[in-house]
Amino acid sequence: MTDPNPSFFARLALAFAAFFKVLFDAAFAGRVLRLQAPQAETPAPTPAPPPAPEPPKLREVPTDSALQLLGLLQREGRLIDFLQEDLGAYPDAAIGATARVMHSTVRKALLAHVTFEPVRREQEGSRVQVPAGFSAAEIRLIGNVVGEAPFQGTLSHAGWRATHIELPKLSQGYDVRVIAPAEVEL
Amino acid sequence: MSEPVHAVGIDLGTTHCALSSVDLDLSEGEELIESNFAIPQLVAPGQVEPRPLLPSFLYLPHDSELPPDALSLPWANAPTQFAVGEVARSLGVKSAARLVSSAKSWLGYTAIDRRAPILPAGAPAEVPKVSPLDASVRYLEHVRAAWDAAHPDSPLSEQLVTITVPASFDPAARELTAEAARNAGLGHAVLLEEPQAALYSWVAGSRGDWRSQVGVGDVILVIDVGGGTSDFSLIAVRQQEGELALERIAVGEHILLGGDNMDLALAFQLKAQLEQQGVTLDPVQQATLTQAARVAKEKLLTDLQAYSAPVSIPGRGSKLIGGAINTELTREDLERVLLDGFFPSVEVQDKPQGRARSALTRVGLPYAQDPAITRHLAAFLTRQAGAVSDDSTFARPTAVLFNGGVFKSPLLQDRILGVLDHWLTGVGSEPVRVLAGADLDLAVARGAAYYGHVRTGAGIRIRGGTAMAYYIGVESAMPAVPGMPPPMQALCVAPFGLEEGTRAELPASEFGLIVGEPVRFRFFGSSVRRDDRAGDVLDRWTEDEMNELQEIEAMLPSEGHGPGEIVTVQLQAGVTEVGTLELEAVESAGAQRWKVELDTRAEA
Repeated sequence: MTDPNPSFFARLALAFAAFFKVLFDAAFAGRVLRLQAPQAETPAPTPAPPPAPEPPKLREVPTDSALQLLGLLQREGRLIDFLQEDLGAYPDAAIGATARVMHSTVRKALLAHVTFEPVRREQEGSRVQVPAGFSAAEIRLIGNVVGEAPFQGTLSHAGWRATHIELPKLSQGYDVRVIAPAEVEL
Repeated sequence: MSEPVHAVGIDLGTTHCALSSVDLDLSEGEELIESNFAIPQLVAPGQVEPRPLLPSFLYLPHDSELPPDALSLPWANAPTQFAVGEVARSLGVKSAARLVSSAKSWLGYTAIDRRAPILPAGAPAEVPKVSPLDASVRYLEHVRAAWDAAHPDSPLSEQLVTITVPASFDPAARELTAEAARNAGLGHAVLLEEPQAALYSWVAGSRGDWRSQVGVGDVILVIDVGGGTSDFSLIAVRQQEGELALERIAVGEHILLGGDNMDLALAFQLKAQLEQQGVTLDPVQQATLTQAARVAKEKLLTDLQAYSAPVSIPGRGSKLIGGAINTELTREDLERVLLDGFFPSVEVQDKPQGRARSALTRVGLPYAQDPAITRHLAAFLTRQAGAVSDDSTFARPTAVLFNGGVFKSPLLQDRILGVLDHWLTGVGSEPVRVLAGADLDLAVARGAAYYGHVRTGAGIRIRGGTAMAYYIGVESAMPAVPGMPPPMQALCVAPFGLEEGTRAELPASEFGLIVGEPVRFRFFGSSVRRDDRAGDVLDRWTEDEMNELQEIEAMLPSEGHGPGEIVTVQLQAGVTEVGTLELEAVESAGAQRWKVELDTRAEA
C-alpha cells in the first residue's frame, strides 16, 4: 500500500505553493490558521469538502432492450442486413426497390411496438409561440436565439415523442446479443 | 363452479384464431361491454407478446433446433415440445416439413381418419405427427391457458364459451370440434355457425339500430370468405309475436376456397413472371413470395390509386439487396387473377366448373376445383330457390353482410355487389343493400361472445336449427335382381331445422344389431328437402339434392347382452345443447340407448 502522505519532493512543491497562497489569499490563510489550532492536533475527521457543485453524474442505461429492438427490426424487416450492406455496388433502382419494401416492413414492426406522436401539433412552417418556462428538452430554440420568453418563431420540425413502448417478454436464457442467428440449411 | 362473468367467443379459424368477450354483469341487453383479448404467444423463439390474432399453425421442432427454453410460455411450468401461433407460422416459412397448417380444413375432410396422426402432411418419418383433432386441441389449449393466466379469478372453463364452425361443417366435423373443445378442457363450450356469428356481431355493433336497417321480409345473405373456406348463409327477417325475428333458412356447401388460395394464385402469377426473366425460386423463396404477394395484394386492394405494387424477395444470405429478386404486381394482373379468377361476372344459372387447378392446391386437401366464388354463390342461391319462395329460380337476397379479411377491399365487395345486382335486376328485383359496420377480422369472435350473452336471455337469437335433413341408407326389401345391387332407400332420421336440445321423432323402422359387432350405415344430408319428417322413407331423389356424408357406425357394447345376441333398435336423432347432431340406437323392447358414432374413419 502506498503512503497516503505526500513524498518529500511533493511536500517541497506544496510548501512553496502554500507560502504564496497564504501570502495572497486571506481565506486560505484563515483555513491554515485553523489547521494549526490545538484541536487539529487530534486526528479529526476530514473537513467536509467545500460545497462545490459535484460533476454531473451520467446515467448508465441497460442496453438489453436496445439490442432486443434491433433484433426485432432485423427479424421483421432485415434492418441490420440493410445497414451492413455496401450499397456502392448496386444501382439506385435496386436499392429503391428494397428500400420501399423495407420501409413498410420495418415501419410496421416499429409501430407495432412503439407509439409516436409529434411534440407540437401545429403544421410545420406555421408561426408558434414558446411561452416562458417551456421545457428545453421538448423544444429546441434554433437560429437567432436572443430576447426573452415568450418567443415567437416558425415551427421547422414538429418533433417526435414516444408515448408508449412495449417489447416482447424474453425467456430466461434468451441472448439479446444475437441479433440474427446464422442459418444453416440441411 | 362459480357463476360465469364473461361470455367468450372463440373464432377457431383455418388461418387465425381470435377471442373476444362480453362482460355479463355490466352488459344490459344490446348495450355491451365487450373486449377483444390479445392472445400472448411466442412471436419468435424466446419472445412472447400479445397479438389480436393467434395464427392457427403448429410447429414441431427438431430436438436440437431451438435453445432449451425458447418455447417457454409465461403460464407453463416447462417449455413445450411444440409451438403454436406466430412463431410456428414464421418458423414454418423456412422449415415447411415441420409445420401443421389448415388443420381445420383437415378436420372437415371426410376421406381421412381425423383422429389419426397424419399432419404435417407428407413430412419425413422422423417428424412427430399429430392428428387434425390434436392440432385443434392445441390451439384451444393455448387460448385457454392464455386467458386463464390473464383472468386468474374467472378461468375459461367456467365462462360461457362459444366456438365457431363453418355453417357448412357436416355433423362429424362439428362433433370433432366439440371433442377438441372437451379435450382442451372446454367441454361446456357450444358451437355457432360463423356466418351467424358475423350477423350477431353486426346486430351487437348496431346497438339496437339494426331494427331500423332491416325489416320483415328482408333476406340477408352472409358472404363469409375466410383464409381457407367460403361460407354462405341466408337469414330471413320475420315477425314473431310483434317482434322482429331472425331465422337462418339456408347454408351453402363446404367450399375449401379462401384468401389463402388467392395469395397462392397471385404468387403463381409472379413466379411465372420471374421464370420468364430466367429466375427460379427455391422452396423457401416461394413461401416468401406467397407472403410478398399477399402484402402487394393488400396494397393494391386498399390503395385504389396505385398502379402496381413492388414485390421483393430479399436475398437469403445477409446480402439483402445483392441477393434480392425484384418484380412487381400490376393492377392489371391483380384484377385478372383475383376479379376474373375468383370473382368473375357470371350469370346466376352458371354452375361451378369441375376443372382441376393445380396451381391453387396444396398436397392433400380437396380444394374447390372452381376458384370462382361468384359461381359457387350462383349455385348456392339457385339450389336454395325454395328457401325463400316457391316461384323463383333462385333465392333473392335483399341485403348482404360481408365477412372475412378479403372484403377489406372495396374492389371485391363492389364486384360481388355488381354481380348480385345484375342477377336481381334481371328478374325485376331491387338491388341489395349492404349491412355495413362489421369488423371483418374480429366479427366472428365478437359475434360468438355476443351469442353467449344472448343465450342468457338478453337479446335477439337467430333461430334455425339444423341446416340439413339427415338420412340413413337402408336396403330396400325388394327382391334382389341378380347382378344388381339391391336398390337403396333413404330413411329420414332428422328433419330440416331440428333445434338444439331437441330430439326428432322416433322412426318406426327397426334394425337388428348384433351385440359387439359394428354395423355401418350410409349417411346422407340434404340442404334442400325441407318437408321430410323423421321416419319418412324416400325411394328416389335427385343427385344434387342429397349429399353423401361419411358412413356412420353403430356398435352395441356387450354389457347386459350375450355376445352374438341380436337386439332390435330404432335410430333416433337429436341436436345436443352444444349444437352437435347425435344419433342414438334405441332398444325397441327396452329403454336402453347407445350412441352411434358419426365420424367413423374412412375405409383405407
